[in-house]
Amino acid sequence: MSIFTTTLLIAISVLSFCLVLVSIRFILGPTLPDRITAFDLFVANTIGIIAIYTELTGHENFIDVAIILSVFGFLGSISFAYYLMKAYR
Amino acid sequence: MWEEIDLLKLREIISSVFILLGIAFMLIASIGLLRFPDFYCRMSAITKGSTLGLGLIVSGMGIYFNQPDMALKVTLIISFTFVTAPVAAHVMARTAVRNKVPFWYKTNLTEFKEYLRKKHQEDKEAKKEEPAPKA
Repeated sequence: MSIFTTTLLIAISVLSFCLVLVSIRFILGPTLPDRITAFDLFVANTIGIIAIYTELTGHENFIDVAIILSVFGFLGSISFAYYLMKAYR
Repeated sequence: MWEEIDLLKLREIISSVFILLGIAFMLIASIGLLRFPDFYCRMSAITKGSTLGLGLIVSGMGIYFNQPDMALKVTLIISFTFVTAPVAAHVMARTAVRNKVPFWYKTNLTEFKEYLRKKHQEDKEAKKEEPAPKA
């Protein structure tokens, strides 16, 4: 196993650990804005995992998934903020 | 001399360095999200950390593949993240201030209190003037 593959495996396991930490904050989070920012970081971690998986397998088509996911994460957080603005005023 | 350098090995090493830096930033951002005392501190930590970490990971991938179309897609992801992450953070922080999410007790609010009082007064008046919903 080369040093490059080892680095990629370390990276994918550290990012999975980050997902666990973010999920703990998602469960704890006292208010709804906390959960929305946790969701934002969740999407960013998932994009990182997809990028590393693309590098690990060598299939270049997977990177399109990361582009679409970055668009939809932004849309999700913006629409939740709009809902909060309308709901509690 | 240039023929002796293994370019694939060089690309792998540069890509590994970028990816390790990127996951370090991602890990710091996640720990900050878990440990900081306040919604606004957490938002600051994750916006900066996740933007830089994602940019480093994705550019490391672009260096490894070394093709024009991959470089274009990597530039697209990085530019989109750098534009949208601050916008989303600003919208969320503004919504949280309007909805009276509490600050940490050590936060220095002496110059911000006037703005908060004015905004909450405005919101209350807007709610009062709003006509009752028709049945």
